[in-house]
Amino acid sequence: MSRVDVVMPQMGESIAEGTLAKWLKKVGDEVKRDEPIFEISTDKVDAEIPAPSGGVLAEIKVPEGQTVPIQTVVAVIETEQGVGVSATGIGATPTPASVAAAPPAPTPKPQAPPPPAAVPVGAAAPPAAKPQPPSPDSETADERLRRRSTPLVRKIAADQGVDISTIPGTGHAGRVTKKDILGYIEAGAPAAGGAAEAAGAAPTPRPQAPTPGGAGVWEAAPWPGDRVEAMSRIRQLTSEHMVFSRRTSAHVTTFYEVDMTRVARLRAGNKKGYEERGVKLTYLGFIVKAVADQLRRHPVLNAAVQRTAVIYRGQVNIGIAVALDWGLIVPVIRGADELSLFGIAKAMADLADRARTKRLKPDEVQNGTFTITNPGVFGSFAGTPIINQPQVAILGVGAVERRPRVMVLEDGSEVVVPRTMTMLSISYDHRIVDGADADRFMSDLKQELEDFPENGV
Amino acid sequence: MAEVTYLEALRQGLREEMRRDERVFILGEDVGRYGGAFKVTEGFIDEFGDRRVIDTPISEAAIVGAAAGAAHLGMRPVAEMQFIDFISCAYDMLTNYVATSRYRANLACPIVVRGPCGGYVRGGPFHSQNPEAAFLHTPGLKIVCPATARDAKGLIKAAIRDDDPVLYFEHKYLYRRIKEQLPEDGDLVTPIGSARVAREGTDLSIVTYSAMVWKALDAAQQLEKEDGLAVEVLDLRTLLPMDDAAILATVRKTNRVMIVHEDTRTGGVAGEIAARINEAAFEWLDAPVLRVTAADTPLPYAPTLEDYVLPQVADIVMVARKLASY
Repeated sequence: MSRVDVVMPQMGESIAEGTLAKWLKKVGDEVKRDEPIFEISTDKVDAEIPAPSGGVLAEIKVPEGQTVPIQTVVAVIETEQGVGVSATGIGATPTPASVAAAPPAPTPKPQAPPPPAAVPVGAAAPPAAKPQPPSPDSETADERLRRRSTPLVRKIAADQGVDISTIPGTGHAGRVTKKDILGYIEAGAPAAGGAAEAAGAAPTPRPQAPTPGGAGVWEAAPWPGDRVEAMSRIRQLTSEHMVFSRRTSAHVTTFYEVDMTRVARLRAGNKKGYEERGVKLTYLGFIVKAVADQLRRHPVLNAAVQRTAVIYRGQVNIGIAVALDWGLIVPVIRGADELSLFGIAKAMADLADRARTKRLKPDEVQNGTFTITNPGVFGSFAGTPIINQPQVAILGVGAVERRPRVMVLEDGSEVVVPRTMTMLSISYDHRIVDGADADRFMSDLKQELEDFPENGV
Repeated sequence: MAEVTYLEALRQGLREEMRRDERVFILGEDVGRYGGAFKVTEGFIDEFGDRRVIDTPISEAAIVGAAAGAAHLGMRPVAEMQFIDFISCAYDMLTNYVATSRYRANLACPIVVRGPCGGYVRGGPFHSQNPEAAFLHTPGLKIVCPATARDAKGLIKAAIRDDDPVLYFEHKYLYRRIKEQLPEDGDLVTPIGSARVAREGTDLSIVTYSAMVWKALDAAQQLEKEDGLAVEVLDLRTLLPMDDAAILATVRKTNRVMIVHEDTRTGGVAGEIAARINEAAFEWLDAPVLRVTAADTPLPYAPTLEDYVLPQVADIVMVARKLASY
């Protein structure tokens, strides 16, 4: 129930008051909206005034014959629930009316449906606010969408024999989009996680190698006092990938110590300029740039093995391993060979930031052709990283620090000087990369870093 | 090539057809001595005389009825509705008589009924309507809505040459705001029933017509710049018969489609298009089919309210973003 004021209307711009000439209804009468309920007389015009709302005339405040200023409340109508809801409803009286169903039908700007519904809702259609599809298992629209996605995705799933519910979705309400399912299929299915979940370890074919020694998987057993924790999905994927990689590639690691003094100087000199442009300039940035250059000159390091064939990748997509609280993830800088140092630094910062905030897209953790890992950031002198399948090489960057180095002066004498040094280690797949290939690559890489061009910053 | 406004292109089309075929004549309110309320037929009465440029009384029913009669006798009338809003006065003639004439009595009725539609000009409810939905479900009629100067010319020529009744809805907002380079010679005809891809894209499709094509293009540009989206815009050009193949092709290409029209939402053409997409391209949809339309109200006089009620670029951008992220 609500009370609606009936006021003395302003019948013309210059009119300031009106006389209530006659009541057409009495207290207790039912009135319909727009039905005349009293007559007024003003100096310009006499008129019948309609009820602003349907209901019951509850109170008369101004008797016949009295003159009052405009906007004075002359009566009160009490409305009932749901009564007097007009069809058009625009600027309608404030009927408390139920209207549970109809979302404001007259709301101009009928835009798109979207709350959860996969059902496109027209302005006046009932479903809107809380759609509970009356299915026996009372699945919500969001759940249904997550399970069944859209016609196109269902079609692709059916054609490829893929179960939609196993694919991480990045669409509305977490549903699987066309991009998600196509990316999933391209990545060879099961092991690849979606990016949004930071499922990390790149696209891996499922390790099919049978476990050694037939009978079953050997596993550790807990003792009293141990704490057993189930692996997270990303942990499982990483775990599987690591052994798979070791079993697949013939890993060899070789080490090159690189004098980073020049790079350090260039970095110090240009850091501020970069920061002004919103980008952090790091040692790793220089290394990625040099690697991108050298991969073009040593394509066998930017390749993959397909049984008895070598695939020389057309793109140079460099993955940078990022250690997150919840696991390892390798976002990829696509087309790194086409970027300047600035472009690379910018891409690195952006990917790292989004990796930490779980905002990577699926195609940003896929299709890498070479990986760089940075154990040095934790202080390690050098590492022996495991190759990120299906690539054939991975570069580890050791700690960058001041170390003594023997240098030969012009006159042939030797001196020991402190220089900024780092140990680079490269693990490569000896199935297709020979020591000489790796060494030539590393040698050129070392040279580029030690002679990094001024104008390349 | 010369730069020509949408209105001038329409005028050229009318003039060329009147010169080409002496059976073509124009009738309507103020089309002769006054040259037309918007000056579309300026100078025509001087060139063609008052037997071919006829000032009529204020009666749309009579205008259309007379045109129908003339058409039966072999003429090719182009009847003007001064504002297309007034076509409702001729609704009976058009739907009961003109549309059915061939079916009922084997009588051809090759008339063109044309007039300016649309708002954004502070014209209020009687001078801003888009009446296409009222005639879309009348079998026997054709409906065309040019968005460009080229199609303004090409479609009026095609409409006049068509042996069946054609409703030609030009848009008053576009009259002097659209300028294009058009070839000065040759016979520029746009086939009826054929849509045009106004902008190629891959991420989502906007299916639209008339003045909304321009708003859709603006929105597409903004979306490309701000969101990196490649939006395809399909200009239907003809509503009846609609180019189903073009609509399906764009749905199959982008899998996400929205329909934009200036007419009100309920019962508007978008509903028909959405139904067709559902029937013929369900398997290609990666998101629901969405619409951007005017609100279901008569058009207000107040400029702020008109702007609120009618679709704007911001509305298109907002819905496109919803569609893209579905």
